[in-house]
Amino acid sequence: MGYEFNWSVLRHQPYLHWLLSGAVITLVLTACIWVLGFLAGSVVGVAATSRRGAIRQAARVYVEVLRNIPPVVQLFLWYFVIPELLPAPWQHYVIHDMPHPEFITCVVALGLFLSARIAEHVRAGIEAVPRRTVEAAFATGLTPFQVYRFVRLPIAYRMLIPTLGSEMMIGLKVTALGLTIGVMEMTARAHQIESFTGRGIEAFTAATIFYAVSALVLVAVVTATEHWFRIPR
Amino acid sequence: MNSSDLQLILRSLPFLLKGLRVTLILTFLAGTAGILSGVVLSLTRLSRLRPLAWLAFAYVSLFRSIPLLLVLFWIYLLVPMLTNYTMGAFESALIGLTLFEAAYYSEIIRAGIQAVPVGQTEAALATGMTRMQAMRFVVLPQAVRKMAPVLLSQSILLFMDTSVVFVLGIRDFMGVANIIAARDARVTPMYLLVAAVYFVVSLAGSQIVRSAQGRLSPSISRV
Repeated sequence: MGYEFNWSVLRHQPYLHWLLSGAVITLVLTACIWVLGFLAGSVVGVAATSRRGAIRQAARVYVEVLRNIPPVVQLFLWYFVIPELLPAPWQHYVIHDMPHPEFITCVVALGLFLSARIAEHVRAGIEAVPRRTVEAAFATGLTPFQVYRFVRLPIAYRMLIPTLGSEMMIGLKVTALGLTIGVMEMTARAHQIESFTGRGIEAFTAATIFYAVSALVLVAVVTATEHWFRIPR
Repeated sequence: MNSSDLQLILRSLPFLLKGLRVTLILTFLAGTAGILSGVVLSLTRLSRLRPLAWLAFAYVSLFRSIPLLLVLFWIYLLVPMLTNYTMGAFESALIGLTLFEAAYYSEIIRAGIQAVPVGQTEAALATGMTRMQAMRFVVLPQAVRKMAPVLLSQSILLFMDTSVVFVLGIRDFMGVANIIAARDARVTPMYLLVAAVYFVVSLAGSQIVRSAQGRLSPSISRV
């Protein structure tokens, strides 16, 4: 093969700027997706353990629908279809006035996709809290809300830290789908450098290292968090 | 949806079915190749040769930390460069998906193998089997029962993952839907249909997994 490497292309403008901005967008997007996924996933996960059948069913449907449609299709639904179905004033806002429409659509679509996965884990975590512990909590006079707030959720979340960590990793990887609607995150930038300069190997290597290092940092943080919040025996 | 939407869908049906066929073929081929590579990877990872085991570990960790799209771009770019052979987008996607999914399959297979009690291997070795034979006749048959449902679930995820290959210009189900949506400027019915089809197929798939799990588990308890 006659390929000559030219790594210096990554140091020149505007390519260096493209890579750095891609990295920042990927990280910010991951953080937003994860916050939305965690909050919505927790609400749905708690709903899935509700004593009311209708609420449990609704949570079940939410999870099954969002888990069984590929994330890129969900992204397209949020980007192309849902604005069409909104009432007129909202539609006008979303299509014409909303700042950074691609980025926000990405956060909503991918965040909710992740929330369905997280909801399943939260539900399983809550159900894994021993029955006696819950009964003891009720016996001390806590209200159902307090039982969730002070007993079930704290125990469940502690058990779930490693699982939630791997969901965070999925959140990081899924951000690359943003390129299909024009979010200039890391993979999109690497692809762009490849088309502008023909230096694909260099650009994709940089992107690969970025994702691998982010994943390593994430694993380290999750392990440390798990250790920190471990229930002392 | 009104009647013109329905007409559009009916008119595009042959084209859509062609796309769905590509998606299913891609899922089947990448699934088969992925599981086979996953077996090799997991055995390498469990091998007693440290450097080999470490290489397999590095491969799995790397492929599990980068997005599928990046893998697809890599293959699309690299393979023609290395082999001087201009490869179609379909082959690139197939290779990319296989390499990517092999990492996930191998973790499932490894967990399945490790779930077989060590005593089984020891007993097999004590009867005079070689390590290879113990793996082939004693450990793997038991491990397969444990991991079959999980491998199937992973294959449903693979089916959903194939929906991104349209970025390479492949006319899979999603790619075809994009073409129709752009050509006829009828985005809403098209993407709703796409979502519905993916949903039905994956849900049906996970129901099958659930029933397979029920059928396989009694034999696990008997083992």
